Amino acid sequence: MAAEAPDAMVKRVSEEVLDIVRQDKDIRNGDTQKIVALVDAKVLPNFNFQRMTSLAVGRDWRGANPAQKNRLAEEFKMLLVRTYSNALTSYSNQRIVFKPFRMKDGETDVLVRSEVIQPGSQPVQIDYWLELADGKWKVYDVVVAGISLVTNYREQFSREVRDGGIDGLIASLAAKNKSLEATASKAARK
Amino acid sequence: MTVMAGFSIRRLVGLLAFGGALAVAGTGLVNAQESQRDPFEGFNRAMFSTNEVLDKYAARPVAQAYDAAVPLPVKASVGNFFGNVGEVWVGANNAMQGKVGDAGTGVARLLINSTVGIFGLFDVASEMGLERYNEDFGQTLAVWGVNDGPYLFFPVIGPRTTRDTAGWAVDTWVDPVSFVSPGSVRVGTSVLRFVDIRAGLLPADKIVEEASLDKYAYIRDAYLQRRRNLIHDGRPPREDY
Repeated sequence: MAAEAPDAMVKRVSEEVLDIVRQDKDIRNGDTQKIVALVDAKVLPNFNFQRMTSLAVGRDWRGANPAQKNRLAEEFKMLLVRTYSNALTSYSNQRIVFKPFRMKDGETDVLVRSEVIQPGSQPVQIDYWLELADGKWKVYDVVVAGISLVTNYREQFSREVRDGGIDGLIASLAAKNKSLEATASKAARK
Repeated sequence: MTVMAGFSIRRLVGLLAFGGALAVAGTGLVNAQESQRDPFEGFNRAMFSTNEVLDKYAARPVAQAYDAAVPLPVKASVGNFFGNVGEVWVGANNAMQGKVGDAGTGVARLLINSTVGIFGLFDVASEMGLERYNEDFGQTLAVWGVNDGPYLFFPVIGPRTTRDTAGWAVDTWVDPVSFVSPGSVRVGTSVLRFVDIRAGLLPADKIVEEASLDKYAYIRDAYLQRRRNLIHDGRPPREDY
């Protein structure tokens, strides 16, 4: 079976997620558990986190052993999921418009371009980089208004590695995730 | 006071910034290496901390109050109004960058908006499918071949490359709001625009706070990527992965 086309996949997932957010008041009110469940089920399977992490870490990635790579990818995934989930709760009536997409035969690395239209403000450009691996297209970078969510971490990560090695970076990410977790559960208890 | 009428301090500061910034940008400090993009990092971080305090106690509370108190149609109108005020200058920058068709679109938008759109308070042209192009003089300088120069962080104004500081100075110089008289209305208009822009950024606050390991670096790198994207009109050449 041929893989679902990259633009079709991004479009389908975006629409499915927005449909759920539109219908679910709890999500819009910031119900963390529901949001995480939605992101886990719909969004995560379409991302290649190993690739994303390697891009964010840059040239230090080669110096990490397999166990460190897995830890890094796991912590980075948690951080990105949190960021993305927050964006979902601030949803209000946005519309997504996809730009025309062309792809040459045999291409395995493509850019899908879209725009989020919202009343009262300028459209926001959102582009997705996707790669074909094992017969499935997966997103490895999301570029919002020209800002790559992945490469924007490069400088911060390389400074952490310079100061404390790969393990230092893992520890910083873990600490960051833990403190976000604590804030979130405090908010949920209120 | 009468001597300064029609010649705001802001425009004077803008003129000085233009001269100084262009001189630095012209010295050929190329944007090649990451560390070289931010040679004044220590100073910039100090300015950034100052700004964080100003924002926390002044700008953000005011923007939050504005956001909560003003209904969406009014907010949209304020944003559209300032968009229209800038449209002629956007057109001029498009022309200076050799994008003649786009220059026409900018002026056409102003005409459509100002006539059909009730003094530009409703953004009719966007509904009609004329896309708004974001242009400024910093982008024009970039198209003319001026390098970024060192990255700078200013309190209140925020992040700028050296080249874009010069560009911002010219944008301020020609800004229609800076010609508004009397001064009290001019200041009021400037403040309203500032609050409107700050309010538009409120949803991003939490995201930046949570997503970054180092907020200063996160904002700097996002700013530099964003400028690069604007200079290339949304299609920058791909960076090496």
